[in-house]
Amino acid sequence: MTTPPTAPPATHAAVQQDEIEKMAELARIRIADHQIGEVTERIADILAMVDQLQAVDTAGVEAMANPLDAVQRLRPDIVTEGDQREVFQAIAPAVENGLYLVPKVID
Amino acid sequence: MRWDVVIGLEVHLQLATASKIFSGASTHFGAAPNTQACAVDLAMPGMLPVLNEQAVRYAVMFGLGIGAEIGMRSVFDRKNYFYPDSPKGYQISQFQEPVVGRGSFEITLEDGTVRHIGITRAHLEEDAGKSLHEDFHGQTGIDLNRAGTPLLEIVTDPDLRSAEEAVAYLKTLHSLVTYLGISDGNMAEGSMRCDVNLSLRPAGSQELGTRTEIKNVNSFRFVEKAIHHEIERQADILENGGRVIQETRLYDADRDETRAMRSKEVANDYRYFPEPDLLPVIIDEAFVDSIRATLPELPRERRQRFVDIYGLSHYDATVLSANRALADYYEAVVSDCGDPKIAANWVQGELLGQLNRSELALADSPVSAPALAGLIRRILDNSISGKIAKQVFEAMWAGEGDADRIIEARGLQQVSDSGALETMVDEVISANPEQLAQYLAADEAKRKKLLGFFVGQVMKVSKGQANPQMVNELLARKLS
Amino acid sequence: MHTQTVAELARQLREKQFSSVELTRSYLDRIQALDGVLNSFVTIDESGALAAAAAADARLAKGDTAPLLGIPLAHKDIFCTRGLRSSCGSRMLDNFVPPYDATVVARLRTAGTVMLGKTNMDEFAMGSSNETSFYGPSQNPWDTSRVPGGSSGGSAAAVAAMLAPMATGTDTGGSIRQPAAFCGITGLKPTYGRVSRLGMVAFASSLDQAGPMARNAEDCALLLNAIAGVDPLDSTSAEEPVPDFTATLERPLAGLRIGLPREYFGSGLDDATGTRIHAALALLEQQGATLVDVSLPHTGLSIPTYYIIAPAEASTNLSRFDGVRYGYRCENPADLHDLYTRSREEGFGDEVKRRILVGTYALSAGYYDAYYKKAQQVRRLIRQDFVDCFREVDIIAGPTTPGPAFALGAKTSDPLSMYLEDVYTLAVNLAGLPGMSVPAGFSNGLPVGLQLIGGHFDEARLLNVAHQLQQASDWHLQQPDIKRPK
Repeated sequence: MTTPPTAPPATHAAVQQDEIEKMAELARIRIADHQIGEVTERIADILAMVDQLQAVDTAGVEAMANPLDAVQRLRPDIVTEGDQREVFQAIAPAVENGLYLVPKVID
Repeated sequence: MRWDVVIGLEVHLQLATASKIFSGASTHFGAAPNTQACAVDLAMPGMLPVLNEQAVRYAVMFGLGIGAEIGMRSVFDRKNYFYPDSPKGYQISQFQEPVVGRGSFEITLEDGTVRHIGITRAHLEEDAGKSLHEDFHGQTGIDLNRAGTPLLEIVTDPDLRSAEEAVAYLKTLHSLVTYLGISDGNMAEGSMRCDVNLSLRPAGSQELGTRTEIKNVNSFRFVEKAIHHEIERQADILENGGRVIQETRLYDADRDETRAMRSKEVANDYRYFPEPDLLPVIIDEAFVDSIRATLPELPRERRQRFVDIYGLSHYDATVLSANRALADYYEAVVSDCGDPKIAANWVQGELLGQLNRSELALADSPVSAPALAGLIRRILDNSISGKIAKQVFEAMWAGEGDADRIIEARGLQQVSDSGALETMVDEVISANPEQLAQYLAADEAKRKKLLGFFVGQVMKVSKGQANPQMVNELLARKLS
Repeated sequence: MHTQTVAELARQLREKQFSSVELTRSYLDRIQALDGVLNSFVTIDESGALAAAAAADARLAKGDTAPLLGIPLAHKDIFCTRGLRSSCGSRMLDNFVPPYDATVVARLRTAGTVMLGKTNMDEFAMGSSNETSFYGPSQNPWDTSRVPGGSSGGSAAAVAAMLAPMATGTDTGGSIRQPAAFCGITGLKPTYGRVSRLGMVAFASSLDQAGPMARNAEDCALLLNAIAGVDPLDSTSAEEPVPDFTATLERPLAGLRIGLPREYFGSGLDDATGTRIHAALALLEQQGATLVDVSLPHTGLSIPTYYIIAPAEASTNLSRFDGVRYGYRCENPADLHDLYTRSREEGFGDEVKRRILVGTYALSAGYYDAYYKKAQQVRRLIRQDFVDCFREVDIIAGPTTPGPAFALGAKTSDPLSMYLEDVYTLAVNLAGLPGMSVPAGFSNGLPVGLQLIGGHFDEARLLNVAHQLQQASDWHLQQPDIKRPK
């Protein structure tokens, strides 16, 4: 093993800059204009590497979300948390009258 | 051109748990901002969700209540989007494997038509916080008390065809969930919020038109208005040769219009994927059975019982069973007074009328069920007439005490003493010689009508307290 | 005192050979003297440590014999510590002082340990070299021109340099084992679910696991004893009984079957490293273990699988860092969008942003099935490899890393070559298994790590094998001579 991760037969065309811009918008990360080219290149390399998976036959294989073979525990419906607003808001960037402040939200 | 209206509803129902769906913070409404937002609700680093058992039980109760498939395995997913009232940057919801699957719902329209509305699914998710736009120097304030309140999102098939059907569905749903006790159903506090998906298509066409989604409409009346507006708006566009744009709109109750939401202009990509901080929820038959065993009688069953046992009309039974508290009140009156029909008339007539006029909830009624039953008993034993009873009811409403005390204090006791009545009858007859002559000259049919005049006069003399049945009998005897 | 193991220090504390305050002071002095070179700590809590030590001394005076009472330690800065900055190696949390403890931290406070401070790490644990830290890289004590590994590089360097007798780490794709190997210490990533994740800043929820880092297996067992066990506040913590991990350390290895996956000894493995690994395995064989050739055929796919799943989970785990409730907020945001995008641009480093974008892409509409779902299917195949293998053998062994610690800066310009560093460790996280790195000698003066992989919840066996190896070798006893690079 340790086959170097070479790009397999491409199943997707290399990722385009506008797609990375779209991802950056979804992820709410600003990318400066002068960096977008390099960021796209790096991500294209990573996507080309992970594209190896496309060659694997996974027909009939169940997706595995969690390695733990267990089921969700249920919590009794009891109020256990009291008011800790002062403690939490002491570390908040901007608060007023107990509210977190953000620039005007438009619905 | 004629259009068919196609409506599907998504109702977000707040479940009546004490604590939040994934944290131990209180869900109590109305607390000071952010005093009920714990570390989990605030999405502090490293905080993790743990599922509230009661939320699952309530969801299963709903599923059983509509005879739906229960998801014996359900999975939580993350729905990713940035918004200040969503502190994690994702909402924990259920996407592919909801806790309640397909079911169906029966609604009765005002004309008695019965329609079956398909329920696509119902899933558990967490509520968001609130953005407050008032005066923070042009900034928005965020209150996360509501964040993490458990919601059951109930999705219908696109089976509704009018605003009337939509409202009938919502009322029936409201009735069901309050019966089940899974939600307080308090619309003013946002316990039941509705998204309306609406499209038009040419009458008779099978193909669905482009739909719009109207978000967060939170009263029956607003749903009705929003639907009317949106139908009109879409019809205008289509009739002018335009195309409806698929978009999210907001109903503005102040301006009574719908408008496109600016924040939803950018097409969202929610990137659903299984929530890795939670494991699959597996419930077994024993769990479902334990919930089934606690199911209360449902509105439909109760309505049928009211028809079968109390002999009520379908309409009366529907009104009286629609609301669990009202139905309980009605049954308490019946069991106290013993006459289901008079009880039905009083509850639907005077009681609901007064509640409406005073804008009071049943729970705040100044006249309790035993008190109303006490009043009805006095009608049934002829102590007072129905007409006097209405006066007594108003006094009871005003807080003057129970029926007997008011009757006593005001001397409203019906006069059933035949001697006293005879005196009154004689007085009336002698005071109205003209009418007496007419009466005596009239034929049988006309006499009936003229008799009414004399009865009315006697009642007037007695200030309404004469026993009308006895007065009738006395007059009939004296005039024959 | 600093050359002693945790087990020895605990005994000497109980015997009153020195106090916890004296012990703590000596470590604080060493940190003061040496960490200017190593940069293994990002926060030192001198007053907190001395107060905790005094409290421990009071308990010791009353005859309290709690096993870790009075022992100093360092926490990786990924763990939230009440009242002490918990930065996760990021500018985003540079100002973040949590009002709560992670469960791991709380349990260790209860156990009477003394927190010296918080250790350096790759930003949000995303890295294999410590070079993505906002606070600059930590250095390898064996050669300060080299990386200590990552992401728990600060913890590994601090323990190797004996600035702390033990430390906590977290491992999402090798972040305990790889730096343990590079720094010549012993580190254990427990089974997924063995240790609570509550209060540990999440990188990839289905892969993250906290574990002990120390100078030998016995000390790791002591530390694991204190932190393992179900936490009602972490739905993914397992309701599995927790044994006393020190109880089985002395079990002989006779009859033990050790699987050597041929995929771990292929062309990617550095020759000298391979030689050291075989020598260590030979020692185990001498103790009665049998070496068995096995195959984990999907090993090569663990890199692409991991680099879809981990970034996908990370991309959404890191959405909460939005400048609203805590952490970094950009100056004078023009509007809400600007607040989000600029706070996140300025608060996150390049590697973190890159992984968020890759993860966003993998989850986005149109690519979900091809990437995320596919990766989850391959993940099952990878786990099945191990399940099949553990039918034939008791544990699996191989190298922890393809080679020894590399030079600072050698791989920073090429993320893909950095990702390859984790080729032997990623599959263990994907399968949720326990894995360990144990010192196995030196290659050109740099430590080499032997990796041991066990079945689910079989940490006791790994610790037993590691302990037996350490009874027969002295690699773990070697001490670095810390010098500034020339």
